Amino acid sequence: MALKDPALASLNLSEFDVPGRGHGLLDVFRWRFLLKLLVRKETATRYRNSALGWIWSYVRPAAQFLIFYIVLGKFIGMERGVENFALYLFSGIIVINLFNEGFSNSTKTLVDNAHLVRKIYLPRELFPVAAVIVSFVHFMPQVGVLLVVCLFFGWLPSLSMVGAILLGLITVLAFTLGLGMFFGSLNVPFRDAQNFVELILLFATWVSPVLYSWKMVADVLPQWLVDIYLVNPLTTTVQLFHYGFWAPVSTDPHPFPDGFWNYAVIGLVISLLVLFIGQLVFRKLEPKFAQDL
Amino acid sequence: MSADDTALKSMPALVVDAVSKRFHLKHTHSLKETFIAWTKRKQLRSDFTALEDITFTVPEGQSVAVMGYNGSGKSTLLKLMSGVLRPDSGTLLTRGRVAGLIEVGAGFHPDLTGRENVYLNAAILGMKEHEIDQVFDDIVQFAEIEEFLDQEVKHYSSGMFMRLAFSVAIHVRLDILLVDEILSVGDAPFREKCRMKFEEMLEAEKTMVVVSHDMEMVRELCSRGIVIKKGKLRFDGAIDEAIAYLQSEAYLKD
Repeated sequence: MALKDPALASLNLSEFDVPGRGHGLLDVFRWRFLLKLLVRKETATRYRNSALGWIWSYVRPAAQFLIFYIVLGKFIGMERGVENFALYLFSGIIVINLFNEGFSNSTKTLVDNAHLVRKIYLPRELFPVAAVIVSFVHFMPQVGVLLVVCLFFGWLPSLSMVGAILLGLITVLAFTLGLGMFFGSLNVPFRDAQNFVELILLFATWVSPVLYSWKMVADVLPQWLVDIYLVNPLTTTVQLFHYGFWAPVSTDPHPFPDGFWNYAVIGLVISLLVLFIGQLVFRKLEPKFAQDL
Repeated sequence: MSADDTALKSMPALVVDAVSKRFHLKHTHSLKETFIAWTKRKQLRSDFTALEDITFTVPEGQSVAVMGYNGSGKSTLLKLMSGVLRPDSGTLLTRGRVAGLIEVGAGFHPDLTGRENVYLNAAILGMKEHEIDQVFDDIVQFAEIEEFLDQEVKHYSSGMFMRLAFSVAIHVRLDILLVDEILSVGDAPFREKCRMKFEEMLEAEKTMVVVSHDMEMVRELCSRGIVIKKGKLRFDGAIDEAIAYLQSEAYLKD
């Protein structure tokens, strides 16, 4: 960085900051108090002035679960192919719900907070990160319900199950944040992004073995497509959740594909790559956020 | 000792070096429109130069007024200093914490209480939790809203709202203060209190950059005036001369 004014040549530049230039996601840690307040603002104001309040967070997933369970489990007969189908369904659906809510919110968050972005400088990464954390907060009670049901079925956690669940969580959160930052920053100049994201979300439920078993995919697709299907971070996360919650109470002798952990690790690597690319694109577009909003 | 050396004897708090800012005015608002305009070979955007090659430095503890008619680029300059916008070319450097009395209350949420909003906004302005704890009582006292502290801000009168927003902004710990059109807030006693607060800051040797059309206030607060017109720096000197220049024929010409 060279200054044009010769009078400033002797200046020690290390003492100066360039306004508006942040450190990406690292800034989020430095501003964690604000992050906490932003998350609290979202969770506290979401159900203001509604009589049922937080119950709405359960009504939607419960209704969705009921529809899928009755139609797929009873009518189509999935229940006969997959043991404890209700548990199988529920442990997958909560992952997809987390992804859907986090992805959709983080895509819109910059536009929703335009009044702040345009007027005050703060690390803009805070917004997508807060959006993903808010969806995680809504996800926790669903895990609670799942745990209670699992215990009822005689579920006892082991180290590998807890490991699988944590690995799945890291995968899906990194994936969600990465995609959210990518499409969220594109959404600033082009609002088309949020419509495109809705389209992606429509597919999300179906490109992972939530409503059916991975074996059905393996039966009809060629091997290379099955591989792609199995390393997709949503599939690996759903499978890891099945591994942690459903498989222990199932007697299926071959519930998962061979090389299950390899797929899981590749899924994680893809997620981290997506996060990296998302941050890169976000940084590239960030200088123009304030004027494009 | 040459003139340059004296100027740099105290380290500047703010350096503006050959800064330019252009805005692209987009004529399309979606991918579809962009594509259609592109196929029809229509112009996709036009450029507008808001600031052109601005250079000056502000020594620590100095208070500078940026003056000019509407649309001259004053607010853009302030936004560049705060980091909301970034220059297209040139370098802008700041030393120490920058805070702005710009759009106070931007971060307020109507559904949160006064107390929650104080914390949220102070954090948005870059304060840490323990720092807010320290000045919390001062903020509330300055705004004179003690009894409404735990009510939702949407029930506040506009005067109360602005007083609280202003009070939060003015209690942020800072080294450089950016001010855009102040003291239009509140009634006469509150304005007097704000003026006192500014004088306190001047005495504490805070660096200030003030944008205002209020010549009397500017004359009182600032020792130096910078006049810009249509994005170009036209005058830089003592405040009285700057005000005289702004009101002279020379400014109106070309």
